[in-house]
Amino acid sequence: MAGKKDYNLFDKDTQAFIYNMQTNAVQRMLDFDYVAGRKTPSVAAIVNPTGNDGFQKFFFGPKEILVPVYKSLKNAANKHKNVDVMINFASFRSAAASTEEAFAIPQLRTVVIIAEGVPERRMRELNVKAKQLNKVIIGPATVGGIVPGAFKIGNTGGTIENIMDSKLHRPGSVGFVSKSGGLSNEAYNIVSQNTDGLYEGIAIGGDRFPGTTLLDHLLRYEKNPDIKMLVCLGEVGGSDEYTIVDALKKKMITKPLVMWVTGTCSKAFKTEVQFGHAGAKAGSESETADAKNTALKAAGAVVPNSFDDYGEKIAIVYKDLVKKKIIIPRPEPPAVKMPMDYNAAVKAKLVRKPANFISTISDDRGEELIYGNMPISEVFKKDIGVGGVLSILWFKRLLPNYATKFIEMAIMVTADHGPAVSGAHNTIVATRAGKDLISSLVSGMLTIGPRFGGAIDGAAQMFSEAYDAGKTPQQFVDDMKAKGANIQGIGHLIKSIHNPDMRVTIISSYAKKHFKSTPLLDYAREVEKITTSKRDNLILNVDGCIGICFVDLLRSELTKQEADEYIKMGALNGLFVLGRSIGLIGHYLDQKRLKQGLYRHPWDDIAYMLPEKEK
Amino acid sequence: MAQKAIREADGKNMIARLLKEYTNGTYTIENKFISIGPDTDLKKLSTTYKWLTKEKLVVKPDQLIKRRGKSKLLLLNTDWKDAEKWIKERMNKPVTVGTVTGILDHFIVEPFIPHNENDEYYLAILSQRDGDQILFHHQGGINVGDIDAKAVRMPIPIGTYPTASDIEKQLLGNVPKERKGLIAGFIEGMFKFYADLNYTYLEINPFVVTGNHIIPLDLAAKLDDTAEFVSGKKWGSIKFPSPFGRMLTKEEACIQDLDSKTGASLKLTVLNPEGRIWTMVAGGGASVIYADTITDLGFMSEMANYGEYSGDPNEEFTYLYAKTILDLMTRKKNPKGKFLLIGGGIANFTDVANTFKGIVRALQEYKDRLRENKVKIYVRRGGPNYKEGLRVMRELGEQLGVPIEVYGPETHMTKIVSMALKGGK
Repeated sequence: MAGKKDYNLFDKDTQAFIYNMQTNAVQRMLDFDYVAGRKTPSVAAIVNPTGNDGFQKFFFGPKEILVPVYKSLKNAANKHKNVDVMINFASFRSAAASTEEAFAIPQLRTVVIIAEGVPERRMRELNVKAKQLNKVIIGPATVGGIVPGAFKIGNTGGTIENIMDSKLHRPGSVGFVSKSGGLSNEAYNIVSQNTDGLYEGIAIGGDRFPGTTLLDHLLRYEKNPDIKMLVCLGEVGGSDEYTIVDALKKKMITKPLVMWVTGTCSKAFKTEVQFGHAGAKAGSESETADAKNTALKAAGAVVPNSFDDYGEKIAIVYKDLVKKKIIIPRPEPPAVKMPMDYNAAVKAKLVRKPANFISTISDDRGEELIYGNMPISEVFKKDIGVGGVLSILWFKRLLPNYATKFIEMAIMVTADHGPAVSGAHNTIVATRAGKDLISSLVSGMLTIGPRFGGAIDGAAQMFSEAYDAGKTPQQFVDDMKAKGANIQGIGHLIKSIHNPDMRVTIISSYAKKHFKSTPLLDYAREVEKITTSKRDNLILNVDGCIGICFVDLLRSELTKQEADEYIKMGALNGLFVLGRSIGLIGHYLDQKRLKQGLYRHPWDDIAYMLPEKEK
Repeated sequence: MAQKAIREADGKNMIARLLKEYTNGTYTIENKFISIGPDTDLKKLSTTYKWLTKEKLVVKPDQLIKRRGKSKLLLLNTDWKDAEKWIKERMNKPVTVGTVTGILDHFIVEPFIPHNENDEYYLAILSQRDGDQILFHHQGGINVGDIDAKAVRMPIPIGTYPTASDIEKQLLGNVPKERKGLIAGFIEGMFKFYADLNYTYLEINPFVVTGNHIIPLDLAAKLDDTAEFVSGKKWGSIKFPSPFGRMLTKEEACIQDLDSKTGASLKLTVLNPEGRIWTMVAGGGASVIYADTITDLGFMSEMANYGEYSGDPNEEFTYLYAKTILDLMTRKKNPKGKFLLIGGGIANFTDVANTFKGIVRALQEYKDRLRENKVKIYVRRGGPNYKEGLRVMRELGEQLGVPIEVYGPETHMTKIVSMALKGGK
């Protein structure tokens, strides 16, 4: 890039592509950008090969910005000519291919490969290609690296608190490089405690053949005039550290270097041990940590006695540079305050807000689904049945057995009433028009109202009003007659006092037998006596019976006020809707099963009575 | 993880199966390499492989043991009856090779190839950063000596394949003229085999030339196991054996089993069950450094274990992991007392307080035994929510009556090692 020196891979203006949808990593980079005082976000775009072009929303400090998403890397590069870094989050299977894709784009100079497990041979091929094309690979198997105050790769540095604690939001004078990404937070912490801070830190990754080596980065730091001292953490296994020994001897590295090679404990193991990293295995004596530390020390590196005094050695070298005025400590810049994430603030109990929604009947967040206060396993252990579940979810309490059984009976008797009633008819017609289950069900359901199915609710309301007002059955009947209104729940097309409806018999005798008291049912029976004396089919019908019994039930289990509230809210309509859904779905399935075609009502069943045609 | 050694029988089988493919059908090696494990039915073997009872045989353990001949772990020029007896006598028995003792449980049986010493050749292929390297020596066999000094080397830049004539020119100067073509073609094919199958190391010492045939007598090889998704089909069903002598204790096996059940990582190696210094460290890199520091401060003989947990294991797993270590360390009292180092660097995104939950549970459970064994605990950790995690640990110390010292990122990561050890010297 214009203006960028070859030893500088990342600066305050560097923008990158993120390969693969890694929204957390992107947000962490943008958070860093904000505390580092960057003017532009360090992520120019996300390349998501399995998605579509579009945008993703992110925070940039307190405000929200849109980051473009491209399906094709080539497209992204054409749109963002300034981008020269790609952070490759592709999996180990596809990381090599996507890195090659990036190599084919001249503007992309640096590719960071995050994946662990890229085959070594593929990696070596890429490394050779990178050299030919003058590209830089960092990784694979790395968290990346950071240039404090300028650019952060992906998830490097951990949380924003840690970034501030380790002073990674502003530059210092130390160039650090290690294999391990896992230890980089620790290393940056050590550097920040013992010096004026980090200038650049890179983790090259734990593979045997990383894209760039420890030495590659040390030589870059050597050339960078802003970096005054070098700190490096090597590892048992391989021979990369000897290239550093060589560079020290040849004076290719002249800045003070504090270095420690980990894995000195390998001598404590009798058999060959593979530590965490692919490369961390001593194949021969020269590959041991002890041999490397000795060689480095002999070549002029500052080598501590153990990791324990790594920090002290770094401090000594730093203080010496300050004394020699090679490093002139700068005053701390004012810290930028990072807005806290809402979720983190909630977790830390720092904020609260009124919820927009409240639920008091069920909770799906925990290990187990909960109805009311009953976990689903308990629902089955106690065998509370559909009636029990309904009583919890509708009335917020588990009603006693006799009551939940009654609820189930009500559902059973209302489940269906043949194909001819309006609900079933509508469902059948809709089904035959080729509609789906929900449309067909709803089509039938929408007929439920004052004339169809609504009598349960209507009867309950009418009878309880009259009863509560202290009207005698005779007064009630007279009043209704005077108003010219039908009494809801009274009357049947076919059934009569001499030919009782079995359903009514079942429901009412259950209520009489099990309910604590049935004042409204008794009242209704008195009303029925009066109405049937006029015409014998003016009996208490099934809708009326269910509605009235339900009022008796609710009033004996809940307070009267609560019970009335439920009836007013339409709980009894709910009961009919619920029961009848069973039948309507049955009719839908029946019609589908019978492969019934589109229904067309016959002309001869319609009386066409239009105004006469003009002649 | 990356390069992993394979059994000799697997490597030889692979050559027998595939070399033909890499030499346009000009080289064939008979597949007469039989792997025998603890569950192999020896009786059945001789009926499946008729040649076993008809030919002279060689038997060797096949467990990544170097210099088997020198350890008398080699039966040459024998028949099947004696071979069977030899195997039975050794199967599931311990044997010491150098300083390492292990159980013999895998053998390879193959035909005995009569030959002269000057029919033996050395071949190795290695992977290096910029390419591969072929090593050849015209005098192979067990007495090959310092191969690094003797071998002729041919570097092969990555992405290229050497031709037989290049191989002949660069490597085969000391080979009799009439054999040059045969060996060059073999090496050409073996290199393709090596590269295409993602080998990272292959040593055949020796292969012998008898007439027009080449037969690998002794083989050691490593594969790049990350390339399984590329070459796995051609490898066939291969298992990567543990190094010889790496016998897992019950507890180690238990942790290995836990490890295999989680996406996180749980590792335990018991170095010295009577050691006084036990570690339970978060993170692969940090755990090595803690072990290093104990070693560097001169306490290697007191280091009881190497252990690591990382990748955010859940509470149950960390509990079981901690419990295993606490149980091991409180079995035998030491009048000088013991140390438990619960260490770690600064975590990236793992909630420290959360990962401590399982450890806290285990510590509570073992509080009496910890007190009886005079265990002193040191904690050091940083990362998300570390203050809460450390607070819990501090309170736990008071509650259990076990001394627990707790430090955060302001204290150097390994400082707790010197605090514990120098104090307890």
